[in-house]
Amino acid sequence: MATWKKLSLLLSIIPLLLLLAYGFKTNPRDVPSPLVGHQAPPFALSMFDGSSNSLEALRGKVVVLNFWASWCYPACYEEAPHLEAAWQTYRDRGVMVIGVDMQDRDTEAKAFIERLKLSFPNGPDPQGKISIDYGIYGVPETFFIRKDGTIHYKHVGALDAKLLKAKIEEML
Amino acid sequence: MNNRKQSLAVCLLLTIALGVWPSVILAGSIEEQTHLLAAELRCPVCQNLSVADSPSEMAIQMREVIFEKLKNGESPEQIRGYFVSRYGEWILLAPTRKGFNWIAWLLPFVVILVGAGIIILRIRRAIGRGHGPNADASHPLDPSYTSQLEAELKESER
Repeated sequence: MATWKKLSLLLSIIPLLLLLAYGFKTNPRDVPSPLVGHQAPPFALSMFDGSSNSLEALRGKVVVLNFWASWCYPACYEEAPHLEAAWQTYRDRGVMVIGVDMQDRDTEAKAFIERLKLSFPNGPDPQGKISIDYGIYGVPETFFIRKDGTIHYKHVGALDAKLLKAKIEEML
Repeated sequence: MNNRKQSLAVCLLLTIALGVWPSVILAGSIEEQTHLLAAELRCPVCQNLSVADSPSEMAIQMREVIFEKLKNGESPEQIRGYFVSRYGEWILLAPTRKGFNWIAWLLPFVVILVGAGIIILRIRRAIGRGHGPNADASHPLDPSYTSQLEAELKESER
């Protein structure tokens, strides 16, 4: 085969290999949210305890908005105690932790809250409107919302205590 | 003859009108528009399935959102924009025709054209050489090969 033919073959294969390498290195779930840096979509939520909450009413507070489901095992079970701990630590410093239960049954969701002894407000999203408004792919996903209502950070997957503390501190 | 032609034309027009009319009504219905829009969107919790094809709860809820928005008078463009603003361009099964995305749209055609060009070039060269390499008269056959071939042919005729 002529040298130029070998060279052109190589030159056409290299970009393809680079593209494949980039594709394999990227986590398909790691799609950046277009909402980060923008105003958080407004929501109103009726909580399991009968109270109600809305983003509008929380203006001026740091909001940790966590999307979960009782069937989400083990990730949601792992992160729930960290969320509860953060709520206990920061509630007096103007931080609100809110749980949005999606694609779930109320009885199972309430059992989840009871089992993990969660005291921060949690409410269902029966029609999935809040979840779709926040561009949720799956559970758990968490949005960190600044006092001015803009989204500071979005986390996909289970949270740990270190990340929770770091992100809340950044917003305070 | 003219009457026959006229009645044939009327029949043809009626057939087309009756055939097209229901689909026109359907294409304009909110249900059909919901399906068409849902078919353009990627189901976020599935593997390569559109929102229209997925049986997942998330896809069902997304279809309901599309239906409600259409009912409230939002245009398909506005609804597409809404989903892109929430999920990013990733949510669209076909990338928009702008900027870097043009590569995805044009590359297959470029590859087909280049491939066709190479094939045409090769065929032309082969024709230029005289219908393929075996028909090249400028290179006579090896005499030893010719005599062996004749001997084998005679052998087979016996």
